[in-house]
This record gives sequence, C-alpha cells and structure tokens, in this order.
Amino acid sequence: MLFGRVRGTAVASIKYPDLTGMKLLVVEPLNKHLEPIGPLQVAVDVVQAGPGDLCVMVRSREAALAMQIHTFVPVDLALIGLVDELVVYPDDQFDLTLKRGSKKYT
Amino acid sequence: MINLTSPLKEGQKNIPDMILGKVTGTVVTTISHPHYKKRRLLVVQPLTLPDDPPEGDFVALDNSQAGVGDTVLVNREGNGARQILDNPDGCVISVIVGIVDSLHIEDWE
Repeated sequence: MLFGRVRGTAVASIKYPDLTGMKLLVVEPLNKHLEPIGPLQVAVDVVQAGPGDLCVMVRSREAALAMQIHTFVPVDLALIGLVDELVVYPDDQFDLTLKRGSKKYT
Repeated sequence: MINLTSPLKEGQKNIPDMILGKVTGTVVTTISHPHYKKRRLLVVQPLTLPDDPPEGDFVALDNSQAGVGDTVLVNREGNGARQILDNPDGCVISVIVGIVDSLHIEDWE
C-alpha cells in the first residue's frame, strides 16, 4: 500500500463490461515524504477523490477486491483512502539498520 | 510462456512477504474503504542490513496497536492479511501483525 496524488482523470467509453461506472484517475505514486517514486499510473477510484487529493492506494489482486460490486475485474491499482493528515518523522530519529548480535527494543 | 526463474527486470521489485520495519509516521483517513475502518494506517520503513541500500517505505494497516518508533513485524501479502482481518474478500495487503521485543542476528560468513 502506498501514497498517491491525483493528477488527472481518464475516460474510457469502451472498457471491460464490469468496470462500467468506475471512475479512472491518473495518479502519481509517492513515498512517505510525498516525493514521486514512479511514472503516472491509472487507478480506479472507490472513495470519490478529486484532482490534487492525496490518497492511499492498494496494488495487485487486492485492488480488484476493493471494487464495490464486481471484484473479478482487471484492475491493478485502486484508491482506498483519502489522506486528511499525514505525520512522518524524519528517518534520522530512528535506527533503521539490522545490527548483528542481540538487541532489545522494549 | 512465463519463466518463473528469470531474473527480475529493471523496475520490477522483489518484495518479501514478511518483514521487520520501523513505524515512522501516522496517516489519518476519514474517507476510506470499509475494510480499512476501525484500524489505523501507519507508515512503515523496512529495516535493512547496514551495507544494503534503504528500501522503499509503505503504508500498513495496524492490527497490533503499534505506535511511532516501534519495531514491527509486517505481513505484506494479501492472503495472510485477509486471514488476519477475518475478511475473505478484504482489499488489504500490508498488515502489522506484531511488535518486536528483541532481535538476535547471527554473525555469518
């Protein structure tokens, strides 16, 4: 699951029949610092997002399962949440390496 | 014909299914898919060996009351996630399934 910013909409009048009525959005995948991490992709919208919205997206088979009526559809990216607030602490506050030997975290 | 033993192409990532990560942030979503209700979404940064490059961060659904700074066990695979959430059609991939108390890594080679 990853972040994405809605950058536009796509309209396809002829598409897989079970996808009729689903909104297609062009999204830009982002990392936690909201920096782009890849090219623009198309995602199916189930939360009524609009251009400029920051969203949480889900990939692979689970994207198709996010559809409301037909879940056996050719969908590989879906928007499943609209982000209202995002708090990310800088990486240097945490020890992100696996050191050899024993370590207690609590 | 798909060759399952072929090396990964450029841009294709081999994502392990069960990893250790550090919770580095929180996400608030008021409008979200029904499968994501009642649980929090957290930003997780995977832990790596000191020599390895950092891996990409991701968002995970919290099933074990984790908080920022916790070292967590994350399942990044849909079937396990559906089993944990007790929802056979759940559209969730990454779920935090445990908080790590201690870790021991052997010295190899």
